[in-house]
Amino acid sequence: MSQSRQEPTIIRRILITIALWYIGFFLVLPLMIVFASALHQGVGVYLSSLHDPMTLAAIRLTLLTAVVAVPLNLFFGIAASWAIVKFDFRGKNLLLTLIDLPLSVSPVISGLIYVLLFGAHGAWGPWLKAHGIQIIFTPAAIILTTLFVTFPLVARELIPMMKTLGNDEEEAAITLGAGGFKTFWYVTLPNIKWGLLYGVLLCNARAMGEFGAVSVVSGHIRGLTNTLPLHIEILYNEYQFTAAFAAASLLVFLALVTLVAKSLIELKFKAEQMPLLKGK
Amino acid sequence: MKLKFLLIFFLPAILWITFSGTVSRAKKITLLNLSYDPTRELYEEFNNAFAKHWKNQTGEDVTIYQSHGGSGKQARTIIDGLEADVVTLALAYDIDAIAERAGLLDQNWQSLLPNNSCPYTSTIVFLVRKGNPKNIRDWDDLAKPGIQIITPNPKISGGARWNYLAAWGVALHKWDRDEQKAMSFLKTIFKNVPVLDSGARGAATTFIERKIGDVLITWENEAYLAVNKLAGDQFEIIVPSLSILAEPPVALVKRNADQHGTRRMAEEYLKYLYSEEGQIIAARHYFRPQSESVAQRYADQFQPVKLFTIKDVFGSWKKAQRTHFSDGGTFDQIYEN
Repeated sequence: MSQSRQEPTIIRRILITIALWYIGFFLVLPLMIVFASALHQGVGVYLSSLHDPMTLAAIRLTLLTAVVAVPLNLFFGIAASWAIVKFDFRGKNLLLTLIDLPLSVSPVISGLIYVLLFGAHGAWGPWLKAHGIQIIFTPAAIILTTLFVTFPLVARELIPMMKTLGNDEEEAAITLGAGGFKTFWYVTLPNIKWGLLYGVLLCNARAMGEFGAVSVVSGHIRGLTNTLPLHIEILYNEYQFTAAFAAASLLVFLALVTLVAKSLIELKFKAEQMPLLKGK
Repeated sequence: MKLKFLLIFFLPAILWITFSGTVSRAKKITLLNLSYDPTRELYEEFNNAFAKHWKNQTGEDVTIYQSHGGSGKQARTIIDGLEADVVTLALAYDIDAIAERAGLLDQNWQSLLPNNSCPYTSTIVFLVRKGNPKNIRDWDDLAKPGIQIITPNPKISGGARWNYLAAWGVALHKWDRDEQKAMSFLKTIFKNVPVLDSGARGAATTFIERKIGDVLITWENEAYLAVNKLAGDQFEIIVPSLSILAEPPVALVKRNADQHGTRRMAEEYLKYLYSEEGQIIAARHYFRPQSESVAQRYADQFQPVKLFTIKDVFGSWKKAQRTHFSDGGTFDQIYEN
């Protein structure tokens, strides 16, 4: 790290300055503005605007969405990456491509898929209606859409990690007589836990922050089907700028916590990998 | 292990969040009103008043839920299956669309309530910056070069369609029903439009908050809201010499209300809009009331304007929609060139 590069110092300094200015201008400044706008009428107004029943309902729905979507995608992510890395089967590449699909599709399309499936004139809509089940424009639709959007995030973290780790340790465990579950719990899980946590964090951040796809299936009923991001837009459009930025500051705060947690995980992960790498 | 600790910590939270919502919802009687953009403040107050009124009459507690958005988009949402009990939209055509495409209410819905099912009306006015620096007094001034006009997209916004038809009607009046001249007048106006927002509120925010444009064409009630509730000293309302009578209708979504067993309450809800209290609330939020007595009380709030109706100039909303806003209609022709 410390050895000097070929570029003259002046060029390096210029590049660093440009990068810092760029980050400051496009990242730090907007974030500061969110907090400044949220607090500019004082802490009292800030807190009371967060205490509004509609805002609380939005926070609750956002939490509910994350609480359902994250564990399900955690389970699916482990299952899928386990299947893809440890076994060979037909259609493996197809599965890999399918897992990536939600990342490459525009969020609006992700939302419309569910309108086309569950809408009154959608594929399953009439049947559901006949049985008195309403899915589209309810929290259920929001959770389903969030599941779809955050689908790949855990698996995408785990697959490359499990690939580098290889199958040796699992094979050893199985030869020594451990069952499938035992092997997973005592051998695989400890090896992948940091990657897993990282994936969960990403998944959680997206689940709480998703706007586009959720907006399509929400119906925007205040107090019922507005998540925090949707509620922020509503407040903004109602000229309640302080309340809007107060709610926005919650999301930004969450993002910052995620970032810090992510860095901590990376540090820990590196610390654990060090002895291994040195041993090799 | 840490994972177990996390589970023990989160499990009660999960259960609490999941069940606190469902339990409290089961007991309440609810009504869902699907509305367009600028009625947010109006219905917030009206819903409280109605909840009290219903409680006095029947002893039942009712919670009224609201959803707001561009009028056309809201109609689309109902057609796609949002089970609203009542709709209060920006224009009759959008409710016609619900009747036609989803069959959730009868085609004759507009004759079921007084005043063509419009408990309040409005009109289209201009909002300009303080001191009116570009000296915009009437529709003609909008066609001048070097003026930036903010108006939303008539393809999806109800308010924008009223704006468009107001300009069109004024042009027809001016040039003695010469369609060609009206067309070129609208063309010059739309050359002055830098962005088309998706709804009346979005356009207002563009003009007020982002400070883009010299004039905002908007609902009278939106203009008053901007002036009275926000930075009033920064704007002025300009009432043109001639404008359109905007009639935002309300209707019961019969099939949905019947299914929810809320029909009686939904009907009373709409009727209550015509009551004295309903009319006063409308007037307080700068919608022109239908009731003569309430209109008189708020007379100094509404400047007299010469108004023409959709029926006078365009025959009906369906005709107006077909000629102007369908694919290849006059708006497409104007905006493409």
